[in-house]
Amino acid sequence: MAETATKTAFTAERLKKVEEIIQRYPEGRQKSALLPVLHLAQEQFGWVSAATMDYVAELLSIQPVEVYEVATFYTMFHLEPVGKHVIEYCRTGPCCTMGGEEVYDYLKQKLNIETGETTSDGVFTIKEVECLAACGWGPCFQIREKFYMHLNNQKIDEIIEDLSK
Amino acid sequence: MANTKKILLEHINVPGIETYEVYRQKGGYTGVEKALKKLTPDEVVEEVKKSGVRGRGGAGFPMGMKWSFLAKPEGVPRYLVCNADESEPGTFKDHYLMKCLPHLLIEGMIISSYALGANKSFIYVRGELMYVIRILEKAIEEAKAAGFLGKNILGTGYDLELVVQPGGGAYICGEETALLESLEGKRGNPRNKPPFPAVKGLYQCPTVVNNVESIATVSWIVNNGGEEYAKIGVGRSTGTKLISASGHIRKPGVYEIELGLPVDEFLNSDEYCGGIRDGHHLKAVVAGGSSVPILPAHLFMKTANGEGRLMSYESLSEGGFATGTMLGSGGFIAMDETTCIVRNTWNFSRFYHHESCGQCSPCREGTGWMEKVLHRIEHGHGNMRDIDLLVDVAKKIEGNTICPLGDAAAWPIASAIRHFRDEFEWHVTNPGAASKPGAVYQHLNEMSV
Ligand SMILES: Cc1cc2nc3c(=O)[nH]c(=O)nc-3n(C[C@H](O)[C@H](O)[C@H](O)COP(=O)(O)O)c2cc1C
Ligand code: SF4
Ligand code: FES
Repeated sequence: MAETATKTAFTAERLKKVEEIIQRYPEGRQKSALLPVLHLAQEQFGWVSAATMDYVAELLSIQPVEVYEVATFYTMFHLEPVGKHVIEYCRTGPCCTMGGEEVYDYLKQKLNIETGETTSDGVFTIKEVECLAACGWGPCFQIREKFYMHLNNQKIDEIIEDLSK
Repeated sequence: MANTKKILLEHINVPGIETYEVYRQKGGYTGVEKALKKLTPDEVVEEVKKSGVRGRGGAGFPMGMKWSFLAKPEGVPRYLVCNADESEPGTFKDHYLMKCLPHLLIEGMIISSYALGANKSFIYVRGELMYVIRILEKAIEEAKAAGFLGKNILGTGYDLELVVQPGGGAYICGEETALLESLEGKRGNPRNKPPFPAVKGLYQCPTVVNNVESIATVSWIVNNGGEEYAKIGVGRSTGTKLISASGHIRKPGVYEIELGLPVDEFLNSDEYCGGIRDGHHLKAVVAGGSSVPILPAHLFMKTANGEGRLMSYESLSEGGFATGTMLGSGGFIAMDETTCIVRNTWNFSRFYHHESCGQCSPCREGTGWMEKVLHRIEHGHGNMRDIDLLVDVAKKIEGNTICPLGDAAAWPIASAIRHFRDEFEWHVTNPGAASKPGAVYQHLNEMSV
C-alpha cells in the first residue's frame, strides 16, 4: 500500500473522466468537481494522500489547501493507507436496535482487530460509520460500493471467507 | 380502511421497471410530454400548488409555495437541486426509490426543472450510494437517448442537462445550504440565512432544493391534476407518503401509505409493518427520523386526548412536543421492551456530535457535552444532576444555532428524558447493572410490564 503514496497520476481513462466531470459545471466552477474527483482518486489509490491532494488541486486549478479542507471534512475519504477491503459498518440507532452491536462484535473478534485497525496481512480494515440509509435492512455494512445487509454471524463468516480468497 | 392507493410505488414490482423501456411501457414520461407540450411553466407550478403536496425531506413545507418564491432576475440562470443526501437515521426511502425507480425521479426532475426555468439541474446523492449514482447515470443516458433530456427536448425548444453529484459522507450536507456549499466543492458548512436559496443559492443564483420523494410526485400531479392529488390524504396532509420502517417489527421495509392512515393499521396490519416481532410488545416509537421527539407506545398510538393517531403531519404533532412528535422524513423506528432508551439516546447523541459541522459553539460544544454525559449515565458513572444538566444543555442549543441540526440534536434527548426519566434515574441508581446491557434489558422488561 505504501508505494501508492507516491504514485499520484491518474490512469488515462480516469484523466478523461476528470475532463468530462469538469465539463458538467458552468464555466469557472470547476471546483464543483472536487468531490467526484476525490472519489476517483480513492478508487484508484485506495486512499487519499497529501500528494494525491496536491495532484487533484493541480488538475482542478485550485489551491492545495482547498482540497485539504474538503478531504478532511468528508468522512468517506481515507487519509491513511487502508487494507484491501474496508468494512464500514453502521453503528447508528436503528441498526443497533436490529442487533448490530452483537454482530459487529463478532466481526471484530473474528478478524481479531478493533475498529480503525487493519489485519496484519493487510486484507481487512474495519471502520465505523453513521447511518447508511439502509436501516430496515440492517444490521449492515458496506465494502466499497457494495452493501451487505441483514447481517448475522453466519453471514459474516461467509463474507469474510469469500473475500479472503 | 383499505389504504392501497399507490402513486409512487404503483409499478415497483414490475420486472425491469428500472429500465427506460419498461418504465415507458407503464406510462412513464407522459408527464414530461404533457408538461412541455401542453402546459406553460407557470401552469405546472399552479398544479403543484393545488396539490398541496408538502416537502418530503422532513420540514413539510408546501412545495408549490416554495417554487413560487423563486426569484427570476433577467439573464441569471436558475437551478433545481434534488436533495438525495438521505442521512437521517431511520430514513431509507429515497435510497429505495432511486434504486428501484430511477426514471420516476428523472421524470420528476425534467418536469420540475421546466416549471422553474432551470436548464441545468443537479441530483446530490450521498457518496455512500455510489451504486445508486451509477443506476441514475444509466437512466439519464437512456432518457437522453429517447429525447427527454438534452437540447430541444421533444422539439419544444426546452434544454435540460441533469448532473448527478456524489457527496462525501456528511449528514450535515442534507441541510439545503450545506448541500449547496458541498456542491460548490467546499466543506458542508450551512450558510447564514437570509439570503435564502430562492434568491441566492447555487453559485449565488436563484435555486430550489427539493427532496427526492417530493420531486418524484410531480409526474403524477401533472398527469392527473393537482386537484386529484389533493383528494388523497387527509386535511393539509395531502397525498401519499413513503415511510421507511425499521426496528422491532415483523416486516421492516419501505411502504407507501395514504396520509391519514391510522397508526394502528400501519404498525399492525400485514400490508405494512406486520406488528411487533413475536413475543414482544411496543415500547417506544421514533416516528419521523432520529431528529423528532421519541414517544412512548401509548402516546404514539393515541393522543393525550385519547384519539387514535393517524399517520399525518397534523395528527402526529398533536399535543406539541409535550405529548406529540412529527412526521418528519417518514423514518419510522419501532422499539420493543428490550430496548434501552438511555443507550439509544446516547447512540443518537453520538451521531449528532459526530455530524455537527462545528460552526456554532452551542451546537459544537453542546452536542459533545450531551454525548459525554449520556455516555456517563449509560455506563454507570452518572448522577441525578446529570439528567437535569442534559435538559439544560438541550434547551441552550435549541433555537441558538445557524441551522436546525442543533435542534435536531436537542429534541431526541429532551423527549427521551421527558417520557422515560425513570429509566435514566435507574441507570444512575444501579450503576453496576447499568453497565451490563443484559441486566438492563431484564430490568426494563420488569419495569415495562
Ligand atoms: C441537519 C439536516 C439534515 C437534513 N437532511 C436532509 C436529507 O437528507 N434529505 C432531505 O431531503 N432533506 C434534508 N433536510 C431538509 C433540507 O434542508 C430541505 O429542507 C429539504 O431538502 C427541502 O426539500 P423538501 O421541501 O422537498 O422537503 C435536512 C435538514 C437538516 C437541518
Ligand atoms: S447548528 Fe451545528 S451543524 Fe448547524 S451550522 Fe451550527 S454547528 Fe453547524
Ligand atoms: S441505522 Fe444503520 S443504515 Fe440507518
